[in-house]
Amino acid sequence: MNNLAEIIAACKDLAFDLDFKRAKQWKEEKANRVVVGYLPIYFPREVIHAVGGLPVAIFGGGDRKQIIKGDAYYQSYICHIPRSVIELVLDKHTAHFDGYIFPSICDVIRNLSGIFKQQNIGKFVKYMDFPQNFLPQVGGVFLQQEMQHVVDYITEISGEKLTTEKLNHSISLYNTNRRLIEFIYDIREKYPWRLSIEDVYHIIRAGTVIPVEEHNEILEKVCAFIDQEIGKPQDKIKVVISGAFCEQPAIGLIRAIEEAGCYVVDDDYQLGSRMIIGDIDDKTDNPLEALSNAYIKQSQYSSSIYDISNPKEYRLAKIVEKRKADGVIFASASFCDPSLLDAPIFQNAFDRMGIRYIAFQYSENINQFKVIKEQVGAFSDSIKLWEDEPMTVND
Amino acid sequence: MSQEAIKERSMILQKEMVEGLFNDLANAKELGKKVCYTFVPGNLSELIRTFDLLPVYPEINALQSAMRKKSAGYIKEAEKNAHSEDVCTYVKCDVGMLMKGNIGPTGQKIPEPDILLLSYTGCFTFMKWFETLKREYPNAKVIMIHTPYQENAKMTPQMIEYMVKQFKEEVIPQMEAVSGIKYDENKLKKILEYSKEAEDWITKIFDTTKHRPSPIDAYFAGVYYIGPINIGFRGTPEAVEYYKELYNEIQERIKLGLGPITPEGEMKEEKYRLVVEGPPNWTNFREFWKIFYDMGAVIVASSYTKVGGVYDLGWRHDPSRPLETLSEYCMNCYTNLNIPQRISLLTKCIEDYQADGYITNSIKSCNSFSAGQLAMMREIEDKLEVPVGFIESDLVDPRYFSYSNIKNRLESYFQMLAQRKTMEKTEA
Ligand code: SF4
Ligand code: SF4
Repeated sequence: MNNLAEIIAACKDLAFDLDFKRAKQWKEEKANRVVVGYLPIYFPREVIHAVGGLPVAIFGGGDRKQIIKGDAYYQSYICHIPRSVIELVLDKHTAHFDGYIFPSICDVIRNLSGIFKQQNIGKFVKYMDFPQNFLPQVGGVFLQQEMQHVVDYITEISGEKLTTEKLNHSISLYNTNRRLIEFIYDIREKYPWRLSIEDVYHIIRAGTVIPVEEHNEILEKVCAFIDQEIGKPQDKIKVVISGAFCEQPAIGLIRAIEEAGCYVVDDDYQLGSRMIIGDIDDKTDNPLEALSNAYIKQSQYSSSIYDISNPKEYRLAKIVEKRKADGVIFASASFCDPSLLDAPIFQNAFDRMGIRYIAFQYSENINQFKVIKEQVGAFSDSIKLWEDEPMTVND
Repeated sequence: MSQEAIKERSMILQKEMVEGLFNDLANAKELGKKVCYTFVPGNLSELIRTFDLLPVYPEINALQSAMRKKSAGYIKEAEKNAHSEDVCTYVKCDVGMLMKGNIGPTGQKIPEPDILLLSYTGCFTFMKWFETLKREYPNAKVIMIHTPYQENAKMTPQMIEYMVKQFKEEVIPQMEAVSGIKYDENKLKKILEYSKEAEDWITKIFDTTKHRPSPIDAYFAGVYYIGPINIGFRGTPEAVEYYKELYNEIQERIKLGLGPITPEGEMKEEKYRLVVEGPPNWTNFREFWKIFYDMGAVIVASSYTKVGGVYDLGWRHDPSRPLETLSEYCMNCYTNLNIPQRISLLTKCIEDYQADGYITNSIKSCNSFSAGQLAMMREIEDKLEVPVGFIESDLVDPRYFSYSNIKNRLESYFQMLAQRKTMEKTEA
């Protein structure tokens, strides 16, 4: 993998490998290795890494897996991802996974964890209850206990104990990972033509299914390539995508948005990999506490995090301002409660603040985007025609 | 006393309680009372009462609006304002009602909240709902109490400790600050005594469906019975009196061998005994119920009557551990139980109340209940070999109540039950 095209091609294969072959290979390389699948949005992967586990994100089957059994589990008015996750599992795509983690983001994911439990899927099933209380001595302690449960499950299988040293080391690897990803977004803020959002997506998603050490190597190379001028600027507006943090749009839709005239300068497609903003302390005596503090104090805004003391509409507006974006595209998976319930909050605030936006819904398995492409194209055209003052954010 | 008169006494008691509350709410300012909006699952009635606050339950307002045929307009109003067609219709009904002046079910204006007590129990939407209301009521204080999910079918000491810490460090100090009233643990303990007593009575009441014929319908009438315990009266002598009275009335019915009372009088013949999973539809509540009683079907247990607390398995508020007991109460509400727990609770209901069948009423806009219902149904069918039925509707959006669809499905289901009964008789 010596040129950018090769790297991207490799990431593309990894990102959509529904058999999770790299994880399988990794597990076979050494005895007692543990593969842990986790659902969106975020899980502190450091704790899995520190006890000899490989965290692997499960984003469903997208438009690459036909649903036969999954539909028998879910009514038509429930989003698509749980049925494709069930399909993947029942078809043994994840047979080499030891355990599954279901972060507390919505009732669908929560109840899916119960179905896994009822059907005894995997050696362990953990519903990861992230605290909605943000006092370090209250919610922070609870989060540490929750992480400890995951550690205990893995240790029981791998025999590997958690030590301060190991967890600090894992934190430092993921710090590097986050820094490199942010570097890519910073470059795209100024020079979005150097790497398409589709390529960014493949590169970041690949990192959710391979060891972090390997992903860091990939990212280092990508960053070196895009630190130089490549590609050609095009006449496109800049947008931020919000609301697509769980069930993923088909890659064709991600591409279509850019083709329709929008450089995506920030997004929440792979929010889990970017949830923590900045570094986490990796030189502490209590790294579990460092991880919980990071979640409590350094999390990105998210529809699954109680936001009264830090309202999400202002946080998104600040991203728009920072990235010098022209507008926002709210993209929600159909029937996605967290995303759709937040829509009026964002949209009413943006109407007041004068931030331009459009909104649409998608489903992971739909790859016809004619209407959306037209809508995005019209949005881009209308912004190009306006000559408004630059936007400012006032709380 | 005639049966009719006895029946009326419990209803009168309930009516008096509810009217009293709405009158107080309409005059909250004059009475110098602060107002606390909160939810039914995990409702901390005892704590609200300790601080002399008046409770408002947005879900109850929404369902009342639906029964009064007002929800469609409210939902439309919310949808005009960026609320999606596909989310919980309680939220939209509430937001629409607010936009239209916040006139409550009794025609009186509902006062603005001083506190939005976000008891985050068993449903993700609750958080979004109060995040939305906070934007509408910037002066209200949102007080969050995060209830951990019973992911392993257990309430662990760590989970209880997490909740107690939230009570001590955030909830109680914030309630003190807004109400201007100091937390009085002895007062709370006394209130909890009444809660415990009311819970004993309501458990006995729902247990009467063991009789044949069942003297009550534990779903359609059950939703009325759970009113006082869920909307702020748990912890009062009035609630205890109401439940005692209701219990006595039911005992009288048992003595006389009577079946449940329906809107069209007494159900004459009990043909089928069912357990129902999922909330009812409110927009066409009477029509929906009628399909059942016309077929001689009585609901002997339902999961919906457990959303505000599960008492069947013996859990009660314990006045000697006030904050711990409030924590357990929240964690033990039906939608905070994991899927295997829900299955075993429903299985127990089917067995204990000798049900002939199990029906799921899947609510289009309620993921807390609906996600996982199909898997639960299959599991119950396999385990108990009981005939299962599945219908779909919505809580308060009339667009999703298709009478003919539901009726057809239920008729086929009852035919299946009838055939099965005939076969069983023949085999016997
Ligand atoms: S898409 Fe939305 S509703 Fe569906 S599982 Fe993900 S967060 Fe939950
Ligand atoms: S989603 Fe369901 S449980 Fe939650 S508020 Fe709506 S109706 Fe109630």
